[in-house]
Amino acid sequence: MIVAEQKPFEDIYSYAKRHRRVLLLGCGTCVTVCMAGGEKEVGILASLVRLAARERNDDITVDEHTITRQCDAEFFDETTARKAADAEAVISMGCGVGVQFCAQRFPDKIVYPALNTKFYGATIEQGVWAERCAGCGECVLADFGGICPVARCSKSLLNGPCGGSQDGRCEVDPERVECAWQLIYERMEAMGRLEELEKIQPFKDWSQHRDGGPRTITREEVRL
Amino acid sequence: MSTETIAMPAETAETDALRIIAFCCHYCAFTAADLAGTMRRQYPPNIRIVRFPCTGRLETNTILQAFLDGADGVLVAGCEPGGCHFLKGNLRAAKRVEHCRRLLEQAGVSPERLEMRHIAASQGPLFAETARQFTEKIRMIKEQARRGTAPSDECLGDEP
Amino acid sequence: MNTTMLKAGSRLERILRSGRPVVTAELGPPKSADTDLIRRKAGYLRGVVDAANITDNQTAIVRMSSIGAALIAMQEGLEPVIQITCRDRNRLAVQSDVLGAYALGIRNVLCLTGDHQKFGNHPAAKNVFDMDSIQLVAMLRAMRDEKVFACGDEIRNSKKAPVVEPRMFIGAAANPFGDPFPFRVARLAKKVNAGADFIQTQCIYDMKRFRQWMQQVCDRGLHERVYILAGITPLKSLRMAEHMRDNVAGLTVPEEIIERLRGAENAAEEGERIAVEQIQELLQIPGVHGVHIMAIESEHIVPDLLKKAGLLPRPVVADPLHDAVTSGPEMLRDSVSGVAENRNRAAQPVG
Repeated sequence: MIVAEQKPFEDIYSYAKRHRRVLLLGCGTCVTVCMAGGEKEVGILASLVRLAARERNDDITVDEHTITRQCDAEFFDETTARKAADAEAVISMGCGVGVQFCAQRFPDKIVYPALNTKFYGATIEQGVWAERCAGCGECVLADFGGICPVARCSKSLLNGPCGGSQDGRCEVDPERVECAWQLIYERMEAMGRLEELEKIQPFKDWSQHRDGGPRTITREEVRL
Repeated sequence: MSTETIAMPAETAETDALRIIAFCCHYCAFTAADLAGTMRRQYPPNIRIVRFPCTGRLETNTILQAFLDGADGVLVAGCEPGGCHFLKGNLRAAKRVEHCRRLLEQAGVSPERLEMRHIAASQGPLFAETARQFTEKIRMIKEQARRGTAPSDECLGDEP
Repeated sequence: MNTTMLKAGSRLERILRSGRPVVTAELGPPKSADTDLIRRKAGYLRGVVDAANITDNQTAIVRMSSIGAALIAMQEGLEPVIQITCRDRNRLAVQSDVLGAYALGIRNVLCLTGDHQKFGNHPAAKNVFDMDSIQLVAMLRAMRDEKVFACGDEIRNSKKAPVVEPRMFIGAAANPFGDPFPFRVARLAKKVNAGADFIQTQCIYDMKRFRQWMQQVCDRGLHERVYILAGITPLKSLRMAEHMRDNVAGLTVPEEIIERLRGAENAAEEGERIAVEQIQELLQIPGVHGVHIMAIESEHIVPDLLKKAGLLPRPVVADPLHDAVTSGPEMLRDSVSGVAENRNRAAQPVG
């Protein structure tokens, strides 16, 4: 899923304060799962904006609404359109994709982001999420025992650990980040595949990553 | 639950009538409040008790809603650590309340207006005492806020 | 010595070939455009070391470029080893820099992954890591031996123009102390297979672990395929030793050394004594071809240290850079007009 976290409240409030009526629009997919921008978070943020507006004597009306997915046109229904029309601006609690989709759907509204979109990740445990994929466009997981060095090594090293690996942790953030290469080594060792790691991995083709420019996929067989 | 408004005690003739919501766990603090009554322990009438099956059921937004609906203070009263009927609901509530205090601060609301307490079912007198203390604290906070916003004579004196 | 067999022809390569123990040292460029500092540091090392590593924004702190500082060091009679990290440059930038460095007469390069920018003074910078150090070694080897760029194109300006490839003596680093330990020697083997000619190690304090690692190196026969220079960083104080032990990943400082420094009247002198002992011990280990002194911001102690270690005077070799410099472009010849004198001075047998 795409993992995001809420922006500092002051940032969001500074957006809301520019208008008399805003729509807080939640997204029911990834950001609901990572507890950043679903219906529940919309409710909390709406309450906070209202409380702050009352404390600071600002005139802001906050509407709340959450749709199934902000990155899919079909979920922007009439109710959503009406609520957006009623508001001066939309504060999207979707990921960066959702914010842009909102901006496209509501061309005459200013759309603000309420979240900082962080990474493609997994729920490690309730309340803990971690990056697992960098979207490099050309998956290398087959060679590394199912552990991605591109996303999980701080330097995206393809040929083994740098000197900053100690006790299984990455020196960049020892408390939170495991050394991907320690994990790769252990897994390949357990599978009796260590000799595969002695192969020199050639340059990666970063043109498949975002370095090649924004990516699109078109599949004629499923187009309507 | 989250968007329901919580009925407040009608404002009395006193202008400083405090509105305090106590979210109480059915298994402990609510029973303690009942016991306080049975034992004829007095506690301030400003407190409106809302019974929960467990403080762990209490959502962040329910607390925020209470403030939005006019509460001056919110007391969350759950079981003692280790005594939760659902094992850890009270501990989760404590974490949530701590988080909620930070949110209130961001919104410019004094985090002191929200508090979590642990009160066992048998502690009727403790409930009454807690209610008294919390009410007194909220009264002082409200008083301070009133004084803080109203310019004092000295302040006016500084202006040309 | 058969010069036709030389890969790059640098002094470093020639002395390593000769079988004599080699001494290299680190020269950190200034955090400014101050040329005097480089000349001063070069003065300490001239005639004392066989080549000097010019670091590349080490610990991710912005410093004068290694090529710029290397040129000044050359003017002062030092042979430079330019360090190149993968943190700041992609394959275009590195190849372009190596062409430039070679054109300026630089013949040695050390390929590094690079410290993460988090540890430096621009932690908000975007890193590159287009490639890793092993791919970097392979790229420079292909440029030299196959005379092609990373894309496969020949290194020539046009179809009619001559092929002029950068012939670098290629180094890489090794950390015998990082984790996972069993993979460390495999990683060295990858560097050797990629084309590394010499290796400079992380600074060594834990002699036991280093010996273990060297044993593995010899078991694989790697010591016969690559020159290994053992890293030495003299400890200046107890605090420095404790900092190294506690805060530098992939580095262990044995309690015995800490104790010696703690008990010493003059910790700096004791640190130097320890370094001298380490140098002498390291040079006895099979497969170790020399030492690499990383005296961080204290290059001035290197001459005394090497004298005490019995490594002075340094051998004199035929001037490897002479041709490159005198056949260089007009401007360069002007800018290094003082080089010949300096170099002559450096070439005097010491002692």
